[in-house]
Amino acid sequence: MAAQAHNAERLPIRAQEDVVLIRQTVRDFAKQLGMSLVDQTKIVTAASEIARNTLIYGGGGWVRIEVLESNPRRGVRLIFEDQGPGIPDIERALQDGFTTGNGLGLGLGGARRLSNEFEIVSRPGEGTRITLIRWKL
Amino acid sequence: MDRIPILKMGPFLLVTIQVDMHDRLAMMLQEDLTGRIAAGGATGVLIDISSLEMVDSFIGRMLGEIAGMSRILGAETVVVGMQPSVAITLVELGLSLKGVRTALNVERGMELLRASVDESEATYGGPGSQR
Ligand SMILES: Nc1ncnc2c1ncn2[C@@H]1O[C@H](COP(=O)(O)OP(=O)(O)O)[C@@H](O)[C@H]1O
Ligand SMILES: [Mg+2]
Repeated sequence: MAAQAHNAERLPIRAQEDVVLIRQTVRDFAKQLGMSLVDQTKIVTAASEIARNTLIYGGGGWVRIEVLESNPRRGVRLIFEDQGPGIPDIERALQDGFTTGNGLGLGLGGARRLSNEFEIVSRPGEGTRITLIRWKL
Repeated sequence: MDRIPILKMGPFLLVTIQVDMHDRLAMMLQEDLTGRIAAGGATGVLIDISSLEMVDSFIGRMLGEIAGMSRILGAETVVVGMQPSVAITLVELGLSLKGVRTALNVERGMELLRASVDESEATYGGPGSQR
């Protein structure tokens, strides 16, 4: 992907308040890009789900939020990283209703549906990296 | 803010969520509300989410649990004012909010609550009941 990233921000995910700040920062990025209200809300909601997972299951981590230019498209890319236990069975984790905690099991599957591009890289014992892109349509 | 205020209006409890809640704050609201219903015998709960720019699976679950618990305690819950962009996103997220009654705005929500009070009076021996 010959995409160029700029205007990036890196935020920690250590506490519940960080999840709120990430929602607000992603909203600002999406707004600045001129995304529609619905598109803003979709990427913000996806960000909230993955940030919470990073906190709860990943034991905390980081997110990188950036504007992506891939002529002629522009979008927001989010990269979540943690050094937690990893996801042993990614296909299973993506299924709606699957949870090892006490959630609804909609976070991963829902965030994938709310993104245009979605990738999970995870190794047991090493951690998880989840990348989401939502393009401005 | 460390707690979301709950107002009492006659037999109804009113909550207007005006902040982007972290999870603990949402949990506290759920606990406070169920405590208030159990203590004060409210028959209706109205939750105004028109200021909420996002509802994710955690907040969605909280709304569902408030509705379920209040029903067990004898109160009907109506969630009002959901922004269209939030509703569209919820569907794609996969959250149906089954069991949560919704209304367009506070006025409509209050009408629903009043109607459900009348209904239960009719069913459980209020005016017009046969038993
Ligand atoms: N960052 C992560 N590290 C380890 N496991 C994860 C991570 N994110 C998600 N998971 C696993 O995937 C499951 C499904 O996640 P999700 O769809 O968000 O549902 P929920 O959060 O309700 O459990 C989680 O229960 C957890 O087992
Ligand atoms: Mg989750």
